[in-house]
Amino acid sequence: MSDTRAFEAPGEAGFGDYVQLLKPRVMSLVVFTALVGLLVAPVGVHPVIAFASILFIALGAGASGALNMWWDADIDAVMRRTKSRPVPSGKVEAGEALAVGLALSGLSVVMLGLAANWLAAALLAFTIFFYAVIYSMWLKRSTPQNIVIGGAAGAFPPMIGWACATGSVSVESLLMFALIFMWTPPHFWALALFMKDDYSNAGVPMLTVTHGRRSTRNHILIYTILLAPVAIGAAFTSIGGPVYLTAALLLNAWFLIGAWRIWRRDEAVAEADSYATEKSVFRFSLYYLFLLFGAFLAEAALKPYGLGGW
Amino acid sequence: MAFPPEHEIHRRRLGRNVGVGVTLALFIVLVFALTVVKVTRGDPMQGFDHSVRPELAIEEEGQ
Repeated sequence: MSDTRAFEAPGEAGFGDYVQLLKPRVMSLVVFTALVGLLVAPVGVHPVIAFASILFIALGAGASGALNMWWDADIDAVMRRTKSRPVPSGKVEAGEALAVGLALSGLSVVMLGLAANWLAAALLAFTIFFYAVIYSMWLKRSTPQNIVIGGAAGAFPPMIGWACATGSVSVESLLMFALIFMWTPPHFWALALFMKDDYSNAGVPMLTVTHGRRSTRNHILIYTILLAPVAIGAAFTSIGGPVYLTAALLLNAWFLIGAWRIWRRDEAVAEADSYATEKSVFRFSLYYLFLLFGAFLAEAALKPYGLGGW
Repeated sequence: MAFPPEHEIHRRRLGRNVGVGVTLALFIVLVFALTVVKVTRGDPMQGFDHSVRPELAIEEEGQ
């Protein structure tokens, strides 16, 4: 009997499909920024507790990804970039994604509370709530500022990592939060510029759809300008230092040049070279974040030798 | 009709079961490691329940 049913259900999910529900690529950024937040904190953490904390932060991020896939299955099916995700492709049922998301949310928050502390767990719970409910269910389909406000969800991991180590929130962790928060809009708007019709077909009110491409180009430039003082300002806190300052100055100059080049172009020019500038700025923005957080890490690594920090 | 045991769907199910099994085993190892670390460091491992714990009350007064 069960054999017959199995034969009728060729879409049955494999283990890898459930892993895909957790958005492993987004998770890698979460793991990295949370790890940096934990390692640059002035309090040492036992390696086992540090490993467990990062694992449960990543699991929480994955859980919110699964909840997002459950809620957004309809628009994921329309968008080229997302239509092969496990739910729209029929490998995993939407209800399963919901169950996986809820179960892992509860597990990750409780385990982080037990492994590290309850402030970190509360921040993780708020992050999952923010991404799944505030961003996915509410903002994403209702306002072109979805990326701006929703970006907060992606900005929490270093703050949670810091809270795991110190049990508190500080200027440094708030600046790491602000850095990712300000970086998110130009990063996603650059993507929205060359993912031309994806968002409009899906009815997602991205800035490119509601306010047009000219306005999006203006916004990218404005947010990149606003990002620079946040990124450079972090250099003058306890987690910054000469290495970070040098990296921040160079990377922000580069990012600003990229944003200015995007701002200078119009659609005709962009179409002519298949959005080469927009694509390269989008790619660079990923390196930008990895390198800046890498510079925080370098400062922390150099400190024992009397080199890091001011 | 006998179902061929080497059908692709069986492999997929085996992979899923092994994946869940390995994940659970790793989770057990992690919880055990966390317990060992917390106990050996002497972290506070008890809280108030239905019985009076004088040692906890003294600790709180001292704070």
